[in-house]
Amino acid sequence: MNKFTHRKAVVSGLMIFVFVIYILQLFNLQVLDGSYKLLAINNSQRIETQFPARGLIYDRHNKLLVYNQAAYDLMVIPRQIKAFDTTELTSILGITPEFLKRNLDKCKKYSRYKASVLVSQITDSKYARLQEKLYKYSGFFIQTRTLRKYNVAHSADVFGYVGEVSQSQIDKDSTYTAGDYIGINGLEKSYENILRGKKGEKILLVDNHNRVMGSYKNGEHDIPAVVGGNLTTTLDIELQEYAYQLMQNKKGGIIAIEPATGEILLKVSSPGYDPQLLVGLERGENYRTLQQNPHLPLFDRTVTATYPPGSIFKTIQGLIGLQEKVITPATMYECHYGNSFNGQFMKCHGHDSPLDLKGGIQNSCNPYFVNVFRKVLENNKYSNVREAYGKWRDYVLEFGLGQCICPDFMNESSGSIPTQEYYDKVLRTQNWFYTYIMSLSIGQGELLITPLQMANIVTCIANRGYYITPHIVRPTDEKHKEQIQRHNLSISKAHFDIIADAMEEAVKKGTARIAACDSISVCGKTGTIQNPSGLDHSAFFAFAPKENPRIAILVYVENGKWGASYGAPIAGLLIEKYLKGKISPRKKGLEKRMLESNLITPQPPEKQQPQESEI
Amino acid sequence: MRRQNELIKNIDWLSIFLYLVLVFMGWLNIYAAVYNDNHSSILDITQKYGKQLIWIGASGILCFFILLTDSKFFTAFSFILYGLTIGLLVSVLVFGKEVHGARSWFELGGIRIQPAEFAKFATALAIANIMSRHGFKMMRFTSLFQVGIILLIPMSLIILQNDTGSALVYSSFLLVMYREGLHGSILLLVFIIVALFIFTLLYSSLTVLIIIIFSTLIAFLYYRQNKQELYQVVGFLGCCILFLLFIRWLFVWNILNERIVLYSYLATNLVGIYYIYKRKMQHILLVILASWLCIGASITVDYAFDKLQPHQKDRINNLLGIKNDPTGAGYNVNQSKIAIGSGGFSGKGFLQGTQTKFNFVPEQSTDFIFCTVGEEWGFVGSTVVILLFLAFILRLITLAERQRSDFSRIYGYSVACILFFHVIINIGMTIGLAPVIGIPLPFFSYGGSSLWAFTILIFIFLRLDANRLQVFS
Repeated sequence: MNKFTHRKAVVSGLMIFVFVIYILQLFNLQVLDGSYKLLAINNSQRIETQFPARGLIYDRHNKLLVYNQAAYDLMVIPRQIKAFDTTELTSILGITPEFLKRNLDKCKKYSRYKASVLVSQITDSKYARLQEKLYKYSGFFIQTRTLRKYNVAHSADVFGYVGEVSQSQIDKDSTYTAGDYIGINGLEKSYENILRGKKGEKILLVDNHNRVMGSYKNGEHDIPAVVGGNLTTTLDIELQEYAYQLMQNKKGGIIAIEPATGEILLKVSSPGYDPQLLVGLERGENYRTLQQNPHLPLFDRTVTATYPPGSIFKTIQGLIGLQEKVITPATMYECHYGNSFNGQFMKCHGHDSPLDLKGGIQNSCNPYFVNVFRKVLENNKYSNVREAYGKWRDYVLEFGLGQCICPDFMNESSGSIPTQEYYDKVLRTQNWFYTYIMSLSIGQGELLITPLQMANIVTCIANRGYYITPHIVRPTDEKHKEQIQRHNLSISKAHFDIIADAMEEAVKKGTARIAACDSISVCGKTGTIQNPSGLDHSAFFAFAPKENPRIAILVYVENGKWGASYGAPIAGLLIEKYLKGKISPRKKGLEKRMLESNLITPQPPEKQQPQESEI
Repeated sequence: MRRQNELIKNIDWLSIFLYLVLVFMGWLNIYAAVYNDNHSSILDITQKYGKQLIWIGASGILCFFILLTDSKFFTAFSFILYGLTIGLLVSVLVFGKEVHGARSWFELGGIRIQPAEFAKFATALAIANIMSRHGFKMMRFTSLFQVGIILLIPMSLIILQNDTGSALVYSSFLLVMYREGLHGSILLLVFIIVALFIFTLLYSSLTVLIIIIFSTLIAFLYYRQNKQELYQVVGFLGCCILFLLFIRWLFVWNILNERIVLYSYLATNLVGIYYIYKRKMQHILLVILASWLCIGASITVDYAFDKLQPHQKDRINNLLGIKNDPTGAGYNVNQSKIAIGSGGFSGKGFLQGTQTKFNFVPEQSTDFIFCTVGEEWGFVGSTVVILLFLAFILRLITLAERQRSDFSRIYGYSVACILFFHVIINIGMTIGLAPVIGIPLPFFSYGGSSLWAFTILIFIFLRLDANRLQVFS
């Protein structure tokens, strides 16, 4: 035995001491400190969002209107970037180094650990080249997305467009993350919840070079994407196409409604634009161009624009007069190129005198309806004109005026039927006299109505006293179905029959003869709206056939001069096309004239802006 | 026959059991570390785990031959074996193949052999031989010189191969020498130098200085227990610290005037020396000398550190947490800690590790094999492995202590200490407690040379141990 045997304990003790420290450190790393588990997941798992394809959009005959095409986004996780060949990347993608740097900085600012879009919507050919080289770029990967593709080059106002979600929208709805697409306008916006589908998640395992090594636990925790729901619109796309052709080089809106169902057959806002312009990388540029166009193609002239309705409003005036029993169909009024009302003169045009109600509508006599309005306002049932106006206004609102009536459009204006309080302020008295507001009787003055609402008026007449909530998308669920309701008017059916007869007369031998179609009884009413800033607007609404009407249509053409010059012929052609499928040879000449007429270019360059109501 | 029966009876089956368990676990972990679906057969010899199985088989044959060899052979031929390996180390410098910047491999028909691995057992034999000679006194200069030469030759040859890690393994012989009578203060000195080295790199000069002053005080207390002297020393050092703090208050502290502090400390000491000279208080002189020595060592460390190669500097800095740069030099350690840490208490399960399998951890089948253990078997598995190693090492020490011959005992200690050094450095670097020195984890790291070298190392000792009863010291 040697004298240093006791040192065995020292040596062993030292060794045990070190090993105990190691076990403690292991305990710290593996049990106490949870951060390494997260770091390991960050290292080896990449969560790939699975973007669902947006729902498709069809027309009423199940023709595909809007679908999707594949697009590729270059994604980046800034933390994983290693030095890379910027020149090669920029040349493959066809972008400038500045653009790359700017976007990269943006991505880094968003998050160093989360993936964000570096370059979006890469084309197929660039994608193919990039895919080959991608292994060299640590931290970069490709994400497949879908972009909208359209089968038609018009109706952008119906479809709206899709764009990247904004920060404020992300804050509101946590299902969105930066770079997601969201409907910005039209049906894409109002039916976003149905169209967007549900995003899925795929957990991938990646190696240190960010190469995909397979799915995590065989995809057990993956969430598949749910494809967006499809929409079937009530549009007749062929008719829509034809309407756009007729409205070429004209500004205005057309709305056609199937009276029995409230389905919108036609929604034309002219000038329109190709919806494809607002897809892809050029969207921003195209949007700016559209925005700067003096004819405002982005402005929806069917539901956002509000106009005075003009003479088509006389139908409502007649109905209220009859319902209030202040006139009968036989009530006659004199008119000789106009008439004087307590010192104010109301102009008119040449026609027989005196006229009864039918004659008044057929010839669109202004003084006749001033007289009717006066009778309504000075009715002894009410204590004063102001109260009578309130009653009158209630009738008017029943037609769907002064309110948003279609749940499908987020950009719908309510229009404006002035309130009593409004006139109290303007007239500075509650003691009104009918002449103050008599221009309302012929649809001028402070009335502001959207083309959709005008179409709804004629729908009410076509239905002889009710309308169904106008809609452009066939309801998909119960909640949606409940939104579509029947609205009954308090004016009796008999009165509507009288007005319908008068409108038939107007087409047969009155102001709207040009709208007549062979063998179809069209009931219509023209309107010419005074326009202080240019040529008068042309309006026409009609329904056909007279019994069991299948279409109620409104055509509003800005600067169209007379109701009969553009509104009526275009409406006539559309009715014939819809009911008969073709245009009779007799009307070919008219059709040609409508297709070729140009109300835009010969105009002086000054802006012709329709009035927008904010009241 | 009789001899064989005796061998079977006397050999330490516990050690063999521990050896086999560790080798088997190592092989499983190599399989897990390089596993991929294309080559899922564990016997596929195109893959590392398949090859490792061949190395394991070859080790079995080695064991067989070693156990059949007469134990006297190892005593008698220890210097010849040592000479042979030195020859190999020299020739590898000339004919060797450079891998990862180290010229330490022979390549023979696709198989690489690392002579440095085999130099360990030969050196251990030579050391055991020289230290067990009659008249060898550990603390005698000539003895120390002989041991130093035997250690320094392979060490310097291996450093010349640019494989500093393998050379550092020889420092484990310090523990063996301590067991055989090396003065404890030398071991302590080495420990202090290492500590100084770390402190110098970690902390500012002032902090180091204060640490030095206090440790000299403690050392003084340990060796001289005289109350009066103690008061004098404490008083003197207290004055020094007060003076330092005054200087610090005088100058705004920054890197530039650290030197001023140092010089003022030396100046106070000089004043002290004059006083001591008059009063004849040598004990204070001792304290001053000790502190000067430490300061000198500290400056040397600063200087020497500057001379280190950049990757070595980075690794040491990283270990000490000086430069926290997880994607740069510290990438390996960081990834390794992530892999081990993510294993949690019970691990992800066999072949379920993602960090090692997908190459986030570098060298995952060799130097960083412990990551696979940590990730797939968790805290439980890692602790089991560590405890197995500890048990094995302690068993070897116990065996060494029961030897009658000095040669066997010294050789046994060498085996235990080499094993200990490999395990603590290798596991330590994967969990961030030791610098990244590229040495394998015995039985676990992939590679034939390492496995064979440890097999030879251990089985020679087991052979010597089996023969312990026939030896009379």
